[in-house]
Amino acid sequence: MQAFDYVRAASVEDAVARLAASGGQAYVLSGGTDLIVQLREGRRSARVVVDVKGLPEFGDLSYDPDMGLLIGAATPCWRIAADAAIASAFPGLVEAISLIGGVQIQGRASIGGNLCNASPAADSIPALIVHAAVCEIAGPSGRRSLPVEEFCIAPGRTALQPGELLVRVFVPPPAQHSGAAYLRFIPRNEMDIAVVGAGAAVTLDSHGERFVAARIALGAVAPTPLYVAEAGAALAGQPVSPDAIAEAARLAREAARPIDDLRGTAAQRRHLSGVLVRRALERAVERARAR
Amino acid sequence: MTSRVRVEAQINGDPVEFLCEPYQSLLEVLRDVLGLTGTKEGCSNGNCGACNVLLDGVLVNSCLVLAPEVHGHEVTTIEGIAGSDGLHPLQQAFLDHAALQCGICTPGFIVAARALLDRTPHPTEQQVRHWLAGNLCRCTGYDKIVRAVLAAADMMETAR
Repeated sequence: MQAFDYVRAASVEDAVARLAASGGQAYVLSGGTDLIVQLREGRRSARVVVDVKGLPEFGDLSYDPDMGLLIGAATPCWRIAADAAIASAFPGLVEAISLIGGVQIQGRASIGGNLCNASPAADSIPALIVHAAVCEIAGPSGRRSLPVEEFCIAPGRTALQPGELLVRVFVPPPAQHSGAAYLRFIPRNEMDIAVVGAGAAVTLDSHGERFVAARIALGAVAPTPLYVAEAGAALAGQPVSPDAIAEAARLAREAARPIDDLRGTAAQRRHLSGVLVRRALERAVERARAR
Repeated sequence: MTSRVRVEAQINGDPVEFLCEPYQSLLEVLRDVLGLTGTKEGCSNGNCGACNVLLDGVLVNSCLVLAPEVHGHEVTTIEGIAGSDGLHPLQQAFLDHAALQCGICTPGFIVAARALLDRTPHPTEQQVRHWLAGNLCRCTGYDKIVRAVLAAADMMETAR
């Protein structure tokens, strides 16, 4: 392991000051399930890691049907998945989070870490995008908000500026007659990285027969998790039908810009994008009608 | 230059104080500083579960925890699983069911299974297999491990 210092941030301001003073040589430590591996393997280098788990906001987890869901950037996945009210309000988000690693990883890994690691294949990010989640960022000039679809800018790179860190993620409360789902394709049953991931969220009219709004996002088919706004927009106002869903799936397939790599070919990923978006939409509609 | 860190934690119920490098993993400190060699190093990248310990009762890979992070927290290792009156039912069941061959993965499996039974005293086979998906064993083919965990759950039920 490379040598670096460890500090416990005394406050958000203290963390910001340490990050700003580090010249890019400081990393924020939450669960460490990506960061510690990358430091050990030399894929990132640090002079100091700043542990934020002791700061109250970073461990936040609160849900109110009127106010929405607030998740501290360091809140471990197991706490989110174990909360029955959250699982019932955001089944698509919780099914995405629950796919991240085994129990040992769930004990430490966080949504904030999944976002800041900025993997194109991150499971939680398409689910957060379809829920229109917003990142709360602290930095030298105070706090700012950023839609989650704008957070990742390249593989392993985020929109965070020097001295900035992700504090919390806010997820708006689900609308009436809405539902969401996240599906991923892997060649085995568990414990793998997405070949393709797809999230869908829909809001239906009060009869459950027409789309009022929809959001669709893909993972592992572009340099960043991909928000496919046009696929969701195409559904708004349409009757819930196999044709409307097939058209949204076609738009998502066309938006995908996949590459060939050890997990799959570009052609397979393009095909999977359409299939998974269709299935995620069908599941989201089912959930919206059941709510 | 980094400076060494003083850490105070509860390990297997005892207050422990140690010095470590800020970048040392909990796994390295348990084995090399504290002499608790029951916890094994497998992959050292969070894939195999051989180094599993409980951190404040939550199952974690100790290779993915920096030792300074446990300051003020409670750690349970394989050495803290047996009671003063003998083996834990999981340990006895692993012996009875021959649920180990080379033994390197065994401490991790037992700590992981203990975390499961703490939360779910009567797991189904499916729950056991799903829970243990983060622990790798290259000898047994897993079946005997799963049977041992189910048997331990039954033993603990009978003892209650």
